[in-house]
Amino acid sequence: MTPQASLMLQTRGLGVSFGGVHAVQSVDFDLAEGELRCLIGPNGAGKSTFFKMLSGQQLPSRGEVFFRGTRISGLPAHRIARLGLGIKTQVPSVFDGLDVLQNLHLAALRAEPSEAAARRAAAAVLERIGLGARRHAMVGELAHGQRQWVELGMILASRPALVLLDEPAAGMTHQEVRTTAELIREINRNSTVVVVEHDMAFIRMIAGRVTVFNRGEVLAEGSFDEVVSDARVREAYLGKKDVHAAQAQETAHA
Amino acid sequence: MQTPLLPRWGLAAARVLAVAGVLLAPLVTDTFALLAFTVYLVMAMLALSLAFIWGFGGILCFGQAAFFGLGAYAYAIGAINFGPGTGALLLAIAVPAAFAALLGYFMFYGRISDVYLGVITLAVTLILFNLANSTSGPQYRIGQALLGGFNGIPSIPTLTLPGQDAPLEPEGLFRLVGLLLIVAYAGLRWLLRTRFGQVVVAVRENERRAELLGYDARLHKLAVFAIGGAIAGLAGCLYANWGAFVNPGVFGLAQSAQIIIWVIVGGRGTLIGPMIGCVAIQWMVTALGGQQTVDTGLVLGVVLALFVMLIPRGIAPTVAGWFSRTQKAGQP
Repeated sequence: MTPQASLMLQTRGLGVSFGGVHAVQSVDFDLAEGELRCLIGPNGAGKSTFFKMLSGQQLPSRGEVFFRGTRISGLPAHRIARLGLGIKTQVPSVFDGLDVLQNLHLAALRAEPSEAAARRAAAAVLERIGLGARRHAMVGELAHGQRQWVELGMILASRPALVLLDEPAAGMTHQEVRTTAELIREINRNSTVVVVEHDMAFIRMIAGRVTVFNRGEVLAEGSFDEVVSDARVREAYLGKKDVHAAQAQETAHA
Repeated sequence: MQTPLLPRWGLAAARVLAVAGVLLAPLVTDTFALLAFTVYLVMAMLALSLAFIWGFGGILCFGQAAFFGLGAYAYAIGAINFGPGTGALLLAIAVPAAFAALLGYFMFYGRISDVYLGVITLAVTLILFNLANSTSGPQYRIGQALLGGFNGIPSIPTLTLPGQDAPLEPEGLFRLVGLLLIVAYAGLRWLLRTRFGQVVVAVRENERRAELLGYDARLHKLAVFAIGGAIAGLAGCLYANWGAFVNPGVFGLAQSAQIIIWVIVGGRGTLIGPMIGCVAIQWMVTALGGQQTVDTGLVLGVVLALFVMLIPRGIAPTVAGWFSRTQKAGQP
């Protein structure tokens, strides 16, 4: 196929199977420059695996990925990252044995031309993620939410064109979730963003276009309100019987 | 980026002291002690190479002896064939570095995990041991150099520095070994501060994250492995010069195990620690060699067990920890 260069990211028939299990069936996914897209779906829908294929951590069994018109499926992870794709993994992946500033510095070092520029960029991001007081704390000793922010900060510091965020608000308190949503909107000012989340309140907060995954395929796509009112989506999330139950409940309330 | 233990002037003073010590020591010691010190420093260089590969690159290499032995053999063969000059010295660095690069290429680009890495490097060392052992007989020769099998290569010509017409005396060899050790140490410290060095540490901490940031983890590990191989090879070359003799024992299991013990005792994650550990243990082994009551290997095992249980971080990080604690206490 011929990729559309105007799109940031395009996948065609992308899928992967482990033995007989089709973790991701065949996904056609288009993402425009500057978009903020949410990816939702029940557990095991293939969202994280989809991200792993985009970032080069998992080799697809079939299909292709194009990043700004360049085919990236099959490239090693570091080459894809260099083209401008940054990812926050589901379990925070940080340099636990180094301090907060060193983590940010290493991320900035890729994007900045010199050591001094990287140091400035790291210091700026440090203030932005609000961990200035803990700059010399080992990242391995930080609380879970703070580690998530360090990872988000590393993505900010490496200034990728496309940012993939796998459950950035998982395990955070309500206040932390709000801060994270703000941070994501800020990242979106300069980068295109795709977020995988479970938390519906969070998705409403960041208010982007929503794509629903189910059983390794795209089930629906649209605005938040369109998607949550889609019967198929409710079915996927709640199961058929539960939808009736939920409707019965709603009727009862009404 | 870590807060240094010594202030800048202290570090400079330590360097001057080290250089002066190396240059002046031959004036105040007798030849016998000088020869013992020389071999201590040669082994310290071998310890330094593993300190870099394991402590900073995160690569547990059980086969550092392979590069050391290859360096020693390469120097011997080079010196016998085309004279004990700079050529033989460079050959002794290039051969193990190239061998490490080739071995590293298969291991790192084949994505072999840490445990198997240890097994493979150990097996390679033992293969070289057996190979070198089975080369007795006049048919096993490289140029004019007879490999000599189990007996090794005797009377290797001692290094002659450029511009000199006589080979190095023990005093000169000691100074050369000491200066090269200081240069290798300072060079590695410098390297670790560069962008390359920072990425090497990042790869040790989290290979996946380093790659997702756009760093080629495999290439960095390969480079670390080759640099470590080169330094171990240089140590092997100096060892061949020290005794004017090399045999397959340099590839032996005991040799490989000792290097690991030096690094564990001295402290992984520092460059200076393993060198201190190496000198301390060699001194202990020499001292124990003079008595008959206990077996040296047994004592070495006990020392290793004690360190693993009581001082798992090793000498240098533990001592550094005391200092930074007193510093913090001093400035509230």
